[in-house]
Amino acid sequence: MSVKEYIRERYFPHMWCPGCGHGTILNSLLHAVDQLQLDKKDLVMTSGIGCSARISGYVDFHSLHTIHGRALAFATGVKLSKPELKLIVPMGDGDALAIGGNHFIHAARRNIDITAIVMNNRIYGMTGGQFSPLSGAGKKATTAPYSTIDSAFDVVKLATAAGASFVARSTAYHVLETIDILKKAINHKGFSVVEILSQCPTHYGRKNKEGNASQMLKFQKDTTAKIGSKALEKNPLLIPRGIFVDNDVPEYCQAYDEVIERAMKGRKA
Amino acid sequence: MTEKIKFVQGNEACVEGALYAGVDFFAGYPITPSTEIAEVLSKRLPEKGGKFIQMEDEIASMCAIIGASLTGHKVMTATSGPGFSLKQEALGYACMAEIPCVIVNVQRGGPSTGNPTHVSQGDINQARWGTHGDHSIIALTASNHQDVFAMTVDAFNLAETYRTPVVLLFDEAVGHMREKLIVPEAGEIARVDRLRTSLGKGVDYHPYLPREDGRLPMSDFGGDHRYNVTGLFHDMWGFPSNNPKVVSGLLHHLNDKIENNVHNITRYKEHFMDDAEYILISYGSSARSAIHIATNRRARGEKMGVLELQSLWPFPEAMIREKCANAKAVLVVEMNMGQVMRHVKAAVDRPENVFLVNRIDGKLITPTDIKSLLRVIQGRGV
Ligand SMILES: Cc1ncc(C[n+]2csc(CCOP(=O)(O)OP(=O)(O)O)c2C)c(N)n1
Ligand code: SF4
Repeated sequence: MSVKEYIRERYFPHMWCPGCGHGTILNSLLHAVDQLQLDKKDLVMTSGIGCSARISGYVDFHSLHTIHGRALAFATGVKLSKPELKLIVPMGDGDALAIGGNHFIHAARRNIDITAIVMNNRIYGMTGGQFSPLSGAGKKATTAPYSTIDSAFDVVKLATAAGASFVARSTAYHVLETIDILKKAINHKGFSVVEILSQCPTHYGRKNKEGNASQMLKFQKDTTAKIGSKALEKNPLLIPRGIFVDNDVPEYCQAYDEVIERAMKGRKA
Repeated sequence: MTEKIKFVQGNEACVEGALYAGVDFFAGYPITPSTEIAEVLSKRLPEKGGKFIQMEDEIASMCAIIGASLTGHKVMTATSGPGFSLKQEALGYACMAEIPCVIVNVQRGGPSTGNPTHVSQGDINQARWGTHGDHSIIALTASNHQDVFAMTVDAFNLAETYRTPVVLLFDEAVGHMREKLIVPEAGEIARVDRLRTSLGKGVDYHPYLPREDGRLPMSDFGGDHRYNVTGLFHDMWGFPSNNPKVVSGLLHHLNDKIENNVHNITRYKEHFMDDAEYILISYGSSARSAIHIATNRRARGEKMGVLELQSLWPFPEAMIREKCANAKAVLVVEMNMGQVMRHVKAAVDRPENVFLVNRIDGKLITPTDIKSLLRVIQGRGV
């Protein structure tokens, strides 16, 4: 199949601003799905609310565009009720970790087989540039005219501590790496978290003087480094990219099948 | 006789009704006085291959059942006041996206944490207007376990028929008291199952295009048809739209499909209503005291009857107007500050003859509470 087969062309052009990283992430995801030769019939995308969340309208999967922060809770219902489906849940950083933070850690704790993608542009894009729990301190936002004082979550550490069995990070700049990581995440049996640093030139870039989209992409290139690389060894302040966790842990829906077995046996006895 | 006779709590009667109706997915979060529903289903559902999940909160529970409904399952969640408040945004999503699901609220005293173990009927209006925006909703209630069972089956049937969330408004007394329940044979009460599209693979399916009879056939996630579901205003493909015609058309559809069927949705019981001059309108556990009084008064030759409401939303206005046309007085008996009474006043021809008998102190309304007001109305002194 070609990548085009996985989109709903009639819903284009998309709503993202020129230079937004979210489109690149959609592109990487489509390539991952295409390279894995997945059947569209088996794919479900749930998303919340945000610029990022609008991604679910563009893919030709079963798509569920829900409410702000709750995409993982909806996805849990879809997955547990029909475990043969593959669930992909892209979220904005605010969607996933402010309003949706509780669902995020609990989905990770359950290790339910869902691929969560955090499209992290460190800002609330859709509502016009307010700071998010991933902005970090010292950033400008429409609700932080004197700079933020809140520190940021480290998505990788948070997901790992919460029990996600696959945790990785990439950026919108590193498209090939992203495709490779997404393929592994989708194939992984369990809860996988892929943080992808994205750029919002319209709000974050403008407010924080990070320049236009290409300058922001260059920033992603310059401030990150692969796990195990020399660059990272030399400069530990760089943000590591790659796969941090890849564990084989019992998956929730499989564990529930055993509950059913026990319950049915108990009944016969 | 193979009928199953049980001696159970109202919450268990609700579970029996849900299982009879075919529930196969439940998501919930513990809260008094509804918790037994989750506890019993955590045992019963896997026994029949169904799924139970305890979510991290009531918001997540509501979201999870919507997700599971879309894969073609009959779904339910159960809660009480504080949890019902948390569910409201997702409940509105289910209204907007037209997802069949059943939400049980075993009412306790509120607002806030209020009175967890005490009885109340304070969430009637919340069930109607708890979520934002113009929308319509179906809410049912019951005063005894046989009716809890029947209304629960009905709730699932109505959810499928109208592709909508249905709220079951029980109260703490009904939920926790024990009495007899006869579980009917399979097939004795009709069951409405999911209406699925007959369109095959490759044929364009419109998830939001009603048939001639107004019903919208569904297609399970994982099936041949892929479509978009959203809480944004959407067209017949489920794709977001802010075209004014699409927006107003959808809003009218969401309201009309329920309000125009109020006569089909209305459920009530009449106790001694023939020629009644004094009518007690009640529901849930309050109705038990009303029925007690009317039984005694009828024995003394007084023309008193009880109109027991079993559907509260859409409000059965026309039915109430008709039944109360010749009443000297209408007493609304409920455990809140007049939530149903106000609607009864608006429904009848002579609102000045409508009175409220209520309790809001966490105690059941007693026959004596009703008698006291009757004395005044009937001119027999205070
Ligand atoms: C309950 C609720 N609160 C607030 C909003 C408003 N809102 C919409 S999107 C959004 C934040 C979006 O930011 P993010 O999730 O980071 O995604 P982005 O738009 O940056 O891709 C907010 C606060 C909402 N829709 N619902
Ligand atoms: S506002 Fe920011 S996040 Fe939203 S589409 Fe524009 S660039 Fe992307």
